[in-house]
Amino acid sequence: MFEVLSNETLAPNLHRMTVRAPRIASARQAGQFVIVRSEKGEERIPLTIGDADVEAGTITLFIQALGAGTQKIVSRQPGEFLRDVAGPLGMPTDIEKWGKVACIGGGVGTAVLFPMAKALADLGNEVTTIIGGRSKPYIILADELAEFSSHVQITTDDGSFGQQGFVTTALQALIDDPERRPEAVFAVGPVPMMRAISELTRPYGIKTLVSLNPIMIDGTGMCGGCRVQIGDEVKFACVDGPEFDAHQVDFNSLMDRLTTYREQEQHCRLDDQLNARKAS
Amino acid sequence: MTEAMTPKQRLAIQRVIMPEQDAGARSANFTEVNLGLNHEQAVAEAQRCLQCKSRVCVDGCPVQVGIPEFIAAVANDDLPGAARILQRDNALPAVCGRVCPQENQCEARCVRGVKGEAVAIGYLERFVADWAMTHAEGLEQATPPTASGKLVAVVGSGPCGLSAAGDLIRQGHKVTIFEALHDTGGVLRYGIPEFRLPKTIVDQEVARLEALGVEIQCNVVVGKTLTIDQLKEDFDAVLISNGAGLPMMMNIPGEHLKGVYAANEYLTRVNLMGAGRLADSPTPIVQGKRVAVVGAGNTAMDCVRTARRLGAEQAMIVYRRSEAQMPARREEVHHAKAEGVEFVMLSSPLEILGNDQGWATALRCQKMRLGEPDASGRQRPEPIDGETVDLAVDVVVNALGTRPNPLLTATAPHLELQPSGQIRIDDDGQTNLPGIYAGGDITRGGSTVILAMGDGKRAAARIHQMLSGG
Ligand SMILES: Cc1cc2nc3c(=O)[nH]c(=O)nc-3n(C[C@H](O)[C@H](O)[C@H](O)COP(=O)(O)OP(=O)(O)OC[C@H]3O[C@@H](n4cnc5c(N)ncnc54)[C@H](O)[C@@H]3O)c2cc1C
Ligand SMILES: Cc1cc2nc3c(=O)[nH]c(=O)nc-3n(C[C@H](O)[C@H](O)[C@H](O)COP(=O)(O)OP(=O)(O)OC[C@H]3O[C@@H](n4cnc5c(N)ncnc54)[C@H](O)[C@@H]3O)c2cc1C
Ligand code: SF4
Ligand code: SF4
Ligand code: FES
Ligand SMILES: [Mg+2]
Repeated sequence: MFEVLSNETLAPNLHRMTVRAPRIASARQAGQFVIVRSEKGEERIPLTIGDADVEAGTITLFIQALGAGTQKIVSRQPGEFLRDVAGPLGMPTDIEKWGKVACIGGGVGTAVLFPMAKALADLGNEVTTIIGGRSKPYIILADELAEFSSHVQITTDDGSFGQQGFVTTALQALIDDPERRPEAVFAVGPVPMMRAISELTRPYGIKTLVSLNPIMIDGTGMCGGCRVQIGDEVKFACVDGPEFDAHQVDFNSLMDRLTTYREQEQHCRLDDQLNARKAS
Repeated sequence: MTEAMTPKQRLAIQRVIMPEQDAGARSANFTEVNLGLNHEQAVAEAQRCLQCKSRVCVDGCPVQVGIPEFIAAVANDDLPGAARILQRDNALPAVCGRVCPQENQCEARCVRGVKGEAVAIGYLERFVADWAMTHAEGLEQATPPTASGKLVAVVGSGPCGLSAAGDLIRQGHKVTIFEALHDTGGVLRYGIPEFRLPKTIVDQEVARLEALGVEIQCNVVVGKTLTIDQLKEDFDAVLISNGAGLPMMMNIPGEHLKGVYAANEYLTRVNLMGAGRLADSPTPIVQGKRVAVVGAGNTAMDCVRTARRLGAEQAMIVYRRSEAQMPARREEVHHAKAEGVEFVMLSSPLEILGNDQGWATALRCQKMRLGEPDASGRQRPEPIDGETVDLAVDVVVNALGTRPNPLLTATAPHLELQPSGQIRIDDDGQTNLPGIYAGGDITRGGSTVILAMGDGKRAAARIHQMLSGG
């Protein structure tokens, strides 16, 4: 059992939660994730370890409450428990001294990006951070990221905050500026965003890393469900990743496989709404 | 005891037939297929045993269960006595009685099998173990030995780890099992389906160990949460029994299509997570109407029979050799057939075809014929030029097997491996690192429950020897 110590709402449906998990806190490195089950019978939900405090023995999770599984997790209040938290899983981010790097986060991906950006900055990289979101309330962690970024740029689809447009527009401007052109790009967000960034950097030969989010179950390499096509190899994202060279990733099949259970997930959501209505 | 029977009388008794759930009904539910012997059947079957002095059946059992002795107790209607013998020799008798390939092990050696049918040792083992579970309170408990003060870590709660833990705790050592998943049992939990091995059995066997004092910590992924080096620091001995793991891919076009699974994923969703099996399970699964399972081992049979239970109207085994060469147990094949599974033989998958929404729609196979025998003595399948067939499907399950999972070994660089990636051990089950032992599928590749348990037992004996300064 893993005690929830805090749970706050950062953006609509997006929670920051700290959980007591001392072993994971001391073992974890940037880029790794945990698998969480709120209670018996629940789904296994992969979530990136956003941050950790080794002294306090805690990890921080950023959770977008999308469907039944994540909703159950974010419903846990401080003092309550998550039944299962396993990790840290996956390979740590390959943190190198690149010089200038761009870190790009979209939606909850910004949270996944956070530990990578921090680790890159800690190693002495000059980090430009670009955060994208639908509109102002969906922009998260801007202040936290600003603490170690040399620039933070914000884009919103509707222009309600920062620049109007997409993160790719901001990245293009960065690449076009010889003073600020990044040596490497780290991007985490919805698959279409990561694909667009990959296409953007490819002709420039800029090293681009993305964190992939295929459907996972065990997270230990046992089931093969999280397989992704990387160049001409099949990789298991939970053990070989989740970060990969964007220019090698087959984004189309990843995006398609993510829709496998859409119908059943929809049912789950409807059931939940019905239950909630009945309960109220 | 009633008047002793003559050998002739014993020989006259026919081997018992295991009562089973009706095939039509069971192919739509997940309750156990084999119903178990009743008391009368068990005693009669036990009376078939000739109590051979040579005890050849025992040689066929990897953990050397005292077969003639426990069977004699059943024949004498002394079930507590039979239970005592079994529990002494086998940490998971209710499991082995159900899933051991007895026909290749104990029963293969049985003297009665030479001319007729072997004594149904497995059925009897199951009968006694099930009886013992429902009469646990009545059975005298072994007095716990004095604590040795030694600590042993076991990685993985599959049959190898569980049996080692059972032996070590009985010798007074403090045992902690670290399990990566949220629940215990390894393949017994996530691989072998409910209709062959009800999970309440696994629960009870695990509870028995916990009652003896074994501590089980789930959600600990050794190699990630803790390393082997850390375990070495904190414990006096370590047993690595983390199973086989990684599924092999078919490496054919279309493997990324939706509806294509590796056996481990398919079975884990249903068995561990309850997908399609428990009404309220939030874990989804694609419940195809037409399901093709590639392979013909026990895992393939488990998948195809699961597919039927998830509502497949057509559930097929697709195999590149012929029926006589299928590695699965005869009993499983027989059960699968009775449940309406189709066997598509001499067909080797070439490609999975899909529709424009990315769903699998057909499995294209190369037709094969049998040629000359190969090194294994089996006739080698050869492609028939130009002959292919498209099987219409919505789900394809790849049951080609597994290879060792490098997750743990990658973080233990000093641990010596075999070229296959399996951990290398000596005849005592010890790795090249002092105090670190290994057993089960991680040292053998996919094998059997009882061989994994035998490894656990052997490692436990050596660990005990080491810890008691021997
Ligand atoms: C390595 C990794 C790290 C992740 N980190 C985070 C994070 O830090 N914060 C966060 O909010 N989300 C993260 N995710 C995504 C998160 O796991 C999914 O949003 C969640 O599983 C959805 O489950 P649900 O039942 O709430 O929603 P559902 O309604 O069941 O599913 C919504 C969508 O989520 C995806 N999904 C469903 N089940 C899974 C699954 N078992 N594994 C992965 N994706 C699934 C599918 O695309 C699905 O359509 C991460 C995913 C991976 C693989
Ligand atoms: C579908 C299927 C059906 C089968 N049917 C039969 C049958 O009918 N009869 C038979 O005799 N055999 C059968 N087998 C084979 C048998 O189940 C295995 O040989 C046996 O389970 C191996 O036992 P084990 O203890 O070595 O490993 P496993 O049972 O694989 O257990 C290993 C455990 O270690 C855990 N683990 C893995 N990595 C780590 C880590 N890094 N840290 C902590 N824990 C970890 C796993 O989660 C698992 O719980 C079957 C196998 C399968 C897949
Ligand atoms: S454990 Fe398996 S091999 Fe041994 S006696 Fe029992 S059924 Fe036979
Ligand atoms: S070999 Fe067969 S008949 Fe002889 S003791 Fe063993 S089980 Fe009984
Ligand atoms: S989640 Fe099962 S192999 Fe990656
Ligand atoms: Mg879900």
